[in-house]
Amino acid sequence: MTPYHNSPPGAGPSARRLTLMRLRGLIRKEFLQAFRDPSSLGIAFVLPVVLLLLFGYGVSLDAENVPVALVVEKPTPDTASLCGAFEHSRYFEPVYLHGMHAALQALSAHRIQAIVHLREDFSRRLFSPGSAAIQLIVNGVDANTARIVEGYVEGVYGNWLEDYAVDKGRPLNIPASIEQRVWFNSNLRSRNFLVPGLVAVIMTLIGALLTALLMAREWERGTMEALMVTPVTIREILIGKIVPYFILGMGGMALSVIMAVWQFDVPLRGSIWVLLLGTSLFLLTALGMGLLISTTARNQFVAGQLAIITTFLPAFILSGFIFDIGSMPPVIRAITYLIPARYFVAILQTVFLAGDVWPIIAPNSLALMIMATVFIGLTRLKTRKRLD
Amino acid sequence: MVSRIIALVIKEFLALLKDPKSRFVIIGPPVIQLLVFGYAATFDLTNVPFAIYNESPSEEARQLVARFRGSANFNDVATITHDEQIAPLVDSKRVLLVVHIGPRFSRDLRSRAGAAVQIILDGRDSNTAMLAMGYVQKIVNGFNVQWAGENDKPEPPARLVMRSWFNPNLLSRWFIIPGIVGLLTLVVTMLVTALSVAREREQGTFDQLLVTPYRPWEVLIGKAVPGFVIGMVEATLISVVAVFWFQVPLLGSLPALYTGLFLFLLSAIGVGLMISSLSVTQQQGLLGAFMFLVPAIILSGFATPILNMPPLVQKLTLINPMRYFMVIVRGVFLEGTPFHLLIGQFWPLAVIGIVTLSIAAWLFRRRMY
Repeated sequence: MTPYHNSPPGAGPSARRLTLMRLRGLIRKEFLQAFRDPSSLGIAFVLPVVLLLLFGYGVSLDAENVPVALVVEKPTPDTASLCGAFEHSRYFEPVYLHGMHAALQALSAHRIQAIVHLREDFSRRLFSPGSAAIQLIVNGVDANTARIVEGYVEGVYGNWLEDYAVDKGRPLNIPASIEQRVWFNSNLRSRNFLVPGLVAVIMTLIGALLTALLMAREWERGTMEALMVTPVTIREILIGKIVPYFILGMGGMALSVIMAVWQFDVPLRGSIWVLLLGTSLFLLTALGMGLLISTTARNQFVAGQLAIITTFLPAFILSGFIFDIGSMPPVIRAITYLIPARYFVAILQTVFLAGDVWPIIAPNSLALMIMATVFIGLTRLKTRKRLD
Repeated sequence: MVSRIIALVIKEFLALLKDPKSRFVIIGPPVIQLLVFGYAATFDLTNVPFAIYNESPSEEARQLVARFRGSANFNDVATITHDEQIAPLVDSKRVLLVVHIGPRFSRDLRSRAGAAVQIILDGRDSNTAMLAMGYVQKIVNGFNVQWAGENDKPEPPARLVMRSWFNPNLLSRWFIIPGIVGLLTLVVTMLVTALSVAREREQGTFDQLLVTPYRPWEVLIGKAVPGFVIGMVEATLISVVAVFWFQVPLLGSLPALYTGLFLFLLSAIGVGLMISSLSVTQQQGLLGAFMFLVPAIILSGFATPILNMPPLVQKLTLINPMRYFMVIVRGVFLEGTPFHLLIGQFWPLAVIGIVTLSIAAWLFRRRMY
């Protein structure tokens, strides 16, 4: 309690009743403010639906129908069987081009992603010493896609090679092959890990957007001064601000989860309760962060700018939602510990795809709990019933 | 008239830079973010934690294990001796994959069917899993070639020779950092413009501006110039860091890059001012900025390719200015795309810029409360 604590001394239960009454009034005021400004409701309910739809369908790392050029210098039955393998793969959409010149031009103009080049001596050199070369050129600008395309080509080539060798009566002898078992996401469907990650990014946005301007607006409009002359305490003001937006945020989260499960067919293997726990902790952290920004800035313009900078981009890039945290340099990895979304992404991906794995959920929840306490505590310290 | 506009521009700059917090927000974060994101945003895996479960005492198995341990992409964090140890390690994300070599490995190597190396993979992050699988495949292929050579096995009839153009080592940093030039430029421009009219409307000073002899397009210029200057400076700074600090090659011409940047800023400022003049309060302005920024970044091809999106979403990206700038900036940096091949990207940016700026100017007078 600060020296500015205003409840009458020595009046136990009646003081508590007063506090409750004042809190009810404050919460009611915030709710009215939220409901009368369509933008708050939009943030809580329209934003998650629109963003999830857009990103759930739009963000995908699974390349399909990759346009690839086949350049065959001298068509033979052997080249035809290899080209057939590309035509039958669902990953490729082959086009036949005459000559490397045309193919390279198409590569530069981004009409194709890769070129498969079979030289004129391809058939002759099959089974001869040194073996026949299948030349693959990929456009490496997008290194990730290029790697995925290389992997697909290797797959098509490997299968073709085996079938072809059997056809020719000289079955291949592959010493060691890989037997792959993928846990939690057996088809390696990128949507299954992107959608939970997107939910975390969207909740970061919602939490911060809802609250980032709240305190700044009161300071800017002078209504903070009006609140100061009333007997409400800072704690009551903060609780009054958090409760309505917490409820709105939970509503947005419920919508997101429903969409993830029913619209995007992401399995929810963990329990609803763990999800609820993680979400509550994260939402408190996000709201606390928004309130802290708002209190520190005391100016809607700066608060808005800070909210844009500190929430979305870090949640997008540093949370492990799309870029692997383990592969970042140590200094950057240390910075990611300051990003609340990082913990929430870990919780969501595990609860959705793996189940209630406590060794993951417990430390991440603890981290969120600490962050929420720090953010709300700092806001509490920074908000004083005082005019500077 | 020119002096009138200059006066307005000076006023806008003052409004933006006078407040130390606001000044910091415009200059500090982009520099920090460039460095942090430049290192963070990579699809190249290093130190993938894995565990070895080797049941074969043979020399061949030891060789294969040594290949995994020697790889720069993998980091051996645990050794497994029982089946039951696998699940806890994978569940708790202590390892991303487990390499399981069965007890009959060396005998199977010589059999007709060959030996199997079992890889158990955490699929929660499917992209990382897929990339890790690619590395595993390379290691096993290397092992096979060596083993076949040592044991006089016939080589396969054909082989795959892979080359990659424009980015020979497939460094994803080369792909991401030019993208960050566009990303941060867009964010900063939005910061500067999206709240500018909304703030004046909320404070009532916009009405005052409207009763002065300024014409709407003069107000538009006054509001647009600061964003333009700041955007240009930031983009230049980021490009310099990209080339000299991150060593990303800049193969194309500067005129092509700056034409693209000019048009990109034009469209970004247009969208920002349009959002700003549509909103009555700063809260709405901020919301509008987010509602534009978030899809614009995610659906731009910055991190995930546009080609992977469903056709309808691909069509939607046609109105996204960032999409065009991504092609320009990556083309100029990595491919050295000449000016005339970029015209197809330039004109949509110009159209978006002109349309949004006109709407903004029109809204200045129409939307009054």
